[in-house]
Amino acid sequence: MADTSTSPLTASRRFGPGSFTPLQVFRSYAVAVMILLLMTALSLMSDSFLTTQNLINILNQNAPLAIMAAAMTLVIICGGFDLSVGAGFSVAAVSAAWIALHVSPTLGLALAPLVGLVLGVINGLIITKLRLHSFLATLATGLMFRGIAILISSGKLIAVRMPEFTWLGRDKIGPVYIAVLVMIAFAIVLMVLLNRTTLGRKILAVGGNEEAAILSGIRTSRIKILAFAITGLAAGLAAAISVSRVSMGQPTAGAGLELDAIAAVIIGGTSIYGGRGAIWRSLAGVFMLALINNGFNILNADPFFKDFTTGFIIVVAVAISAIGR
Amino acid sequence: MAEPETFVRLINVGKEFVGVPVLKDVSLDFRAGEIHALVGENGAGKSTVGKIAGGYYSRTSGELEIFGERVGAWDPASALARGIAMMHQELQLVPDLSVAENVFLGIEHNARGFLKRNEARRLADIVEICGFELDPHARAGSLPIAEQQKIEIMRAIARDARVIVMDEPTSSLTADEAERLHATMRRLRGMGRTVIYVSHFLDHVLAIADRVTIMREGRVVRTSSAADETKASIVSGMLGRSDADVAYPDKTRSEAERATPILSVRGLSASTGIRDVSLDVHPGEIVGLIGLVGSGRSEIARAIFGADVATAGEVRIAGIPYPARTPAASIEHGIAFVPEDRRRQGLVLTQSVRPNMTLPHLPFFSRSGFMRRRSEFDRVKELIGHLGVTPGHVDGAVATYSGGNQQKVLLGKWIMRDPRIVILDEPSRGVDLGARRRIHEFIVELARKGAGVLLISSEIEEVLGLAHRAYLVHAGRVVGEVVPEDTSMDQVLWSLFHAGDPSGSHRSA
Repeated sequence: MADTSTSPLTASRRFGPGSFTPLQVFRSYAVAVMILLLMTALSLMSDSFLTTQNLINILNQNAPLAIMAAAMTLVIICGGFDLSVGAGFSVAAVSAAWIALHVSPTLGLALAPLVGLVLGVINGLIITKLRLHSFLATLATGLMFRGIAILISSGKLIAVRMPEFTWLGRDKIGPVYIAVLVMIAFAIVLMVLLNRTTLGRKILAVGGNEEAAILSGIRTSRIKILAFAITGLAAGLAAAISVSRVSMGQPTAGAGLELDAIAAVIIGGTSIYGGRGAIWRSLAGVFMLALINNGFNILNADPFFKDFTTGFIIVVAVAISAIGR
Repeated sequence: MAEPETFVRLINVGKEFVGVPVLKDVSLDFRAGEIHALVGENGAGKSTVGKIAGGYYSRTSGELEIFGERVGAWDPASALARGIAMMHQELQLVPDLSVAENVFLGIEHNARGFLKRNEARRLADIVEICGFELDPHARAGSLPIAEQQKIEIMRAIARDARVIVMDEPTSSLTADEAERLHATMRRLRGMGRTVIYVSHFLDHVLAIADRVTIMREGRVVRTSSAADETKASIVSGMLGRSDADVAYPDKTRSEAERATPILSVRGLSASTGIRDVSLDVHPGEIVGLIGLVGSGRSEIARAIFGADVATAGEVRIAGIPYPARTPAASIEHGIAFVPEDRRRQGLVLTQSVRPNMTLPHLPFFSRSGFMRRRSEFDRVKELIGHLGVTPGHVDGAVATYSGGNQQKVLLGKWIMRDPRIVILDEPSRGVDLGARRRIHEFIVELARKGAGVLLISSEIEEVLGLAHRAYLVHAGRVVGEVVPEDTSMDQVLWSLFHAGDPSGSHRSA
């Protein structure tokens, strides 16, 4: 099943066993339905919504979040949460800027994902060796990471206005932003990993039934550490793109990003109880959040309604996928 | 008001689940003060009848009469209010509350909303009625299943239930615990209460029930006095054929049996309570482990497989020492371990059949970390056909399968690569007769092909029926060895009860 999750017909089986009544398809694809409805509504309300430029911009702006949400999917399928990715993002961002300024811009960009990876491994080790719940462990490490970010930057902005540094976030190859390409490549790698590799099988098994996984000879701690490491790496990669785009490292960057990433995963329909989910769902979740944001900007609506509507639509999307379960 | 003769009556009751009929035109009455057993294969509708009486399912058609009155909408709360309590197969206790708090959950005495916290004292009255005792302050979740069931029974009595529906109450009990439950049921009957007893265990049914209703495919086959039925007559009624065979497959002795033991255990101890365990399993031999719940049967298996860390002792495979055991290394050595609880320890229910079956064998079905999907698909399909799993989809949602088919998937998962040693813990618990028969044939087939089989079961009869030899386990030790041909159930039970200190772990409750 894992390897067919990208095909619509079999993916719904995972959520509604064996049968494909309209309700079940609707339930399973709640996020897709909501996206279609939103796009239709926005196209009707504004001429500037359904333009290539606008859609490209949406993708480009949300590439960092999409990278983080795609990786967060693995942690959530594993039965965990990572509340530290926002802070990990900050550490990677200021590290990249600092290295860019003091050593080399390219090295700064290259090391950001590695910094994230190291933080992710630390999370994984704390969770598995100390047997802490990931929710608590990453809440705590998030605070520590935030402190490290402030330490590295001495609490100040680190401006890096060099083309060797800003290309990743700003340049295009042909008509497409490099950031979007990186996001797509990363998402494809994760999809292949989850659906085609033994590691993907193990991640799904650990989240679905840890006891059964252990008795099946799977070293579950190792799998969890890997999931957190990948999520950390993703935070670092996202930070590299962002810091390059704004050409400065800020210790406060990425605050709240962890919640956006988790929200996107859940909106997409990946189970918060672990054991099932798909990468494309989280990408769809990011896209839906982005559409709401974009719609309010285009329509120039009161920001009060934006938060309210975002919350409301999350409730609706999650409620649809919970019908009859 | 005079007591009505009939406590619960179903009149032409039908029940459908999303268009699929599970009960058809069922008319049944449960009389005052009787133990009335409902038997049938999985899916025959026996649990459904119990749940309709208890208010957990609504009927699609027909009438329900409770204590002589027709009732309309019927839910668990109104059933309980009228004196009908349900004891579920999956116990419904609050694990973190004490025994007493669980018994009186929802009917606590209070003064202006403040709890009086007198549950422990009130429990004494219940104990007197039940005839068994529990520590009122023990945490419910810390007790073994048999004790947890007692809480459910006390709970029903605390609510003054006149009808108690018991859905498979003995499925996780040992023989002696089941016997004690039966004693309680007799006491309840003696007080004029009615027990609706849903069970797979025909021996239990015949031993205790006054009347038996046999069900098949959602219909009542017949209701008769238990005294008029035999195991064979019930089985033929359940299966709808007269040549039903409840016997065990023939025991064939393999040639290889005199060779070196494929599995040899000496002096094995672990912190889980097993001490100085020694046993041998030869190729082609089925060896049983017989013991009561909590005797350490499963713990022995876990220590051999490497699921628990052993503190002393040695395990040899075909004569070669196998130290530093882990599940992964055991699988590589060709040991399979089918755990007792298929939902908690066996299957990943969020996934389909295919990834479940190949989970312990991922290196075998992959190349450089990527799944070889073709060979995986083919092998899973082959095993599904061989074991007769229905539905037979390679990517079927195993979570929705019946107990018997889930168990077949679990077996398939472990014999995927023809293991040399197969440890089976409760391989036929909670499965219907057809699947049970298939599983038994399969175990014999494994041995015939040369595997050494270690068989653990709460059903002594099952072990005696299948095994060539059996070890008796008591309090974490092997206390004897029997040859089934020369041994009766009674002898085995006698040995187990008199092993070690009889007053020790068998505190009469």
